[in-house]
Amino acid sequence: MLIAVAAASIAVGARPLGLGEVWHGLIDPASAHYAVVHEMRLPRTLLGLLAGAALGLAGGVMQALTRNPLADPGLLGINAGASAAVVTSTLFLGIGGLTGQIWFAMLGAAAVSVLVYAVGGGRGATPARLALAGAALNAALFSYVNAVMLLDAAALEKMRFWTVGSLAGADHTTVVRALPFVAAGLLIALATARPLNAMALGDDSARALGAHPALVRAAAIVAITLLCGAATAACGPFVFVGLIVPHLVRGLTGPDLRWLLPYCALLAPVLLLGSDVLGRVLGRPGELQVGVMTAVLGGPVFLWLVVRRKGIRT
Amino acid sequence: MTESGVTRLRGEGLTLAYDQRTITRDLDVTIPDNSFTVIIGPNACGKSTLLRALSRMLKPSTGTVLLDGNDIHRRPAKQVARILGLLPQSSIAPDGITVAELVSRGRYPHQGLLRQWSPDDERVVAESMRATGVQELADRLVDELSGGQRQRVWIAMALAQETPLLLLDEPTTYLDIAHQIEILDLCAHLHEEQGSTMVAVLHDLNHAARYATHLIAMRDGELVAAGQPREIVTAELVERVFGLPCRVIEDPETGAPLVIPAARRRRPGAPALAAGALAFPA
Amino acid sequence: MIVLRTPNGFSVRLHPRPLAVGTGCALLALVVGVLSVGGGDYPIAPAEVLRTLAGGGTPAQDFIVLELRLPRLVTGLLVGAALALAGAVFQSLVRNPLGSPDMLGFTQGAAVGALLVVVAGGSTLALSAGALAGGLATGGLVYLIAWRRGVEGQRLILVGIGTAAILTGVNGYLLTRAQLTDASRAMLWLTGSLDGRGWTHAVPLLAALAVLVPLVLLAFGPALRMIEMGDDAASALGIRVERVRLMLLAAAVLLVSLACAAAGPVSFVALTAPQLAKRLTRAPGPNLLPALSMGAVLLVTADWAAQRLFTGHQLPVGVVTGAIGGAYLVWLLATSRRAVRL
Repeated sequence: MLIAVAAASIAVGARPLGLGEVWHGLIDPASAHYAVVHEMRLPRTLLGLLAGAALGLAGGVMQALTRNPLADPGLLGINAGASAAVVTSTLFLGIGGLTGQIWFAMLGAAAVSVLVYAVGGGRGATPARLALAGAALNAALFSYVNAVMLLDAAALEKMRFWTVGSLAGADHTTVVRALPFVAAGLLIALATARPLNAMALGDDSARALGAHPALVRAAAIVAITLLCGAATAACGPFVFVGLIVPHLVRGLTGPDLRWLLPYCALLAPVLLLGSDVLGRVLGRPGELQVGVMTAVLGGPVFLWLVVRRKGIRT
Repeated sequence: MTESGVTRLRGEGLTLAYDQRTITRDLDVTIPDNSFTVIIGPNACGKSTLLRALSRMLKPSTGTVLLDGNDIHRRPAKQVARILGLLPQSSIAPDGITVAELVSRGRYPHQGLLRQWSPDDERVVAESMRATGVQELADRLVDELSGGQRQRVWIAMALAQETPLLLLDEPTTYLDIAHQIEILDLCAHLHEEQGSTMVAVLHDLNHAARYATHLIAMRDGELVAAGQPREIVTAELVERVFGLPCRVIEDPETGAPLVIPAARRRRPGAPALAAGALAFPA
Repeated sequence: MIVLRTPNGFSVRLHPRPLAVGTGCALLALVVGVLSVGGGDYPIAPAEVLRTLAGGGTPAQDFIVLELRLPRLVTGLLVGAALALAGAVFQSLVRNPLGSPDMLGFTQGAAVGALLVVVAGGSTLALSAGALAGGLATGGLVYLIAWRRGVEGQRLILVGIGTAAILTGVNGYLLTRAQLTDASRAMLWLTGSLDGRGWTHAVPLLAALAVLVPLVLLAFGPALRMIEMGDDAASALGIRVERVRLMLLAAAVLLVSLACAAAGPVSFVALTAPQLAKRLTRAPGPNLLPALSMGAVLLVTADWAAQRLFTGHQLPVGVVTGAIGGAYLVWLLATSRRAVRL
């Protein structure tokens, strides 16, 4: 399924390519489509794979960490934190390179992770409290980003597409620079799978099973920071990807994180690229940014999840 | 107001359901006037559901709850609140509220936009606090009180509503044994002193037998038995309702029936139990 | 507590501290207002401002005060009051101090309405109408989705947040769709601004609030206080909880939509004003009136700061309220160590 979507991603665009042309474009430097495929489509697809995997994985870890089925890096403001940090670094500190931006994004993501956890009530957080804390932080950070864009018209033009969340404007360097961070985050996240399984029953049970809750929590937050920071710095903030994917995967694999997380990393890019392709198809000749697509498609899924739960008690 | 033989609160043909799950079907229940009625039964037998229906919280799918002969759902809510009070299972005390303020909120059904605090209100609130023994705590914050004290404050608020009928939904569930007895003694005392009709859902069978003047036993949404504890609490009833083999003796303190669950195995020297008592139902 | 009684059995209860906070904030708002009206490129001393209001100013002063600055001030007061009242109602209904209409999708809905108008190239009046319609439509939508034998706080919060996220995405899309010049205008509106607000904004808002505020405060305020104790306890006292909740939600959504129509979605006033008022009054309950006054004073002060903070550069008021919101959240974090029950 992943390969199919990836191929579709390369194929679709302002000038649609047939599958044969896609294949030639990939391997034959002399083919007429080589440039299109390699300069635009391939990097975009790869970025989508990377960002999708990162966000899906982060969502899975987050839901396990907060024991909250409605946790999502976008909803809880973490992506907004990364976004605000990137905007600050780009416009105020003049940091241009992606790597520099990623470091700032991670700083922002980490700060907000801690903040939302604390404001949301710490260990006593219910889905609603946490979500509200996230919403409040989201609002504050977006308000900041908007204010910055307002005061600087050039910034507005540069950033208004990015802040929506988009795979356009991707190139090889973006992918290459983001890769190490995502890879690191991936490894750490997968490493936390077993301990997080133990923590699902509570800190005390976890200790009894030999895990160190504080350490695991820290590692999970580091993983989330790496993954969200890199993804947001590269493409802008997305919502709902990290929320829906774990739920869908859970239907297939069950709650065991050792299976859940890898499948999240595989399924999420399908979703992201799928949204991207859809956005490109629907928005011809331009495109509907993938950030918009995930919000508009993912939102109703979120609402369905909320409505389906019988009586959300505190 | 009531013709002879017709009680103030009763339910006829009640079918109660939550979201597709039917709890009771075609149930008839009568609450005798001036009684301290207790509804008992195993978990999920419908006792809380029944209480909610009687207190107007739950609308029956079919059947009616009659208050003074009229459908309780047809009467204006505030009017009902002057006749029927409810102590819910869990209520939220707003942050920073004092005992006196919380109790005074019970006067709401008697107040209006221009009648916000009459001398009657003041008197009733003071009396309610005195009756429940919380008058010394009047200026304390409700958050600072112990479980037993807090429950007494909620009861004071229900009393301040000045209703001839008072329904209590599991008033002792979150309290330790000393506080449970404290609350139940208080309820019994209020029932005797004020002559009000009280209906409580209780978990503990022995408490129910001790304090109730009228007992209603339910199982699977059906009324199994109703009457005075002395008359209806027998080993057969307990086995039928709770599935618990036991024997029933007379409480040496009060003379009420006391239920003693059967022991798991016979101890040397203990009197022989009936053969059937050792066979536990599945 | 002070009780005033009349011989024929009527009585009114007054709580001194909340009353003091309410009137204090209102007075402060007026003081700030007079100073604000007096400042700017053409400064006017406070005494002269008052004289002009009374009718004795020069034609130039009359124009500046009565046509330019006063309507802005009045709009600011009303918008602040409306947002704060709506915020207090919401926070009380969802039993969560973070449950403000900004978070629950209503301001985003108003924004969608307004942005649709911008993209279609409509006038300023159409913009306001769009905002109003958007907010109300979102209110209806959220209520319907969250309804299930009634609307319960936690569910409302989650549905609201989901809706907010969807609508933010839609807004983002609309922003990219707009031409750049329109985008700047849209961005400005989205931040929340009182620039150029005149009597056409202030008067309808005043009329609407004159009806809504007494309705909320007097008709439903006491019931709201009881609902805070739990749905069961409130029902036991004879309150029709679902009906009251619906009325209050409708009123609050209307207040927010009107405020957005007048000034755009000004962030965080609805969130912080009621909480600040509550901390000052230290009284249990929704504290509707103190919240209202606090909102008014907060917004006009923010507007004053927005105009004067950076010489030569006027900020939209939404930027300042955004900063206030951020500071509030940080403060909340710092005090959350004291186990504040959110």
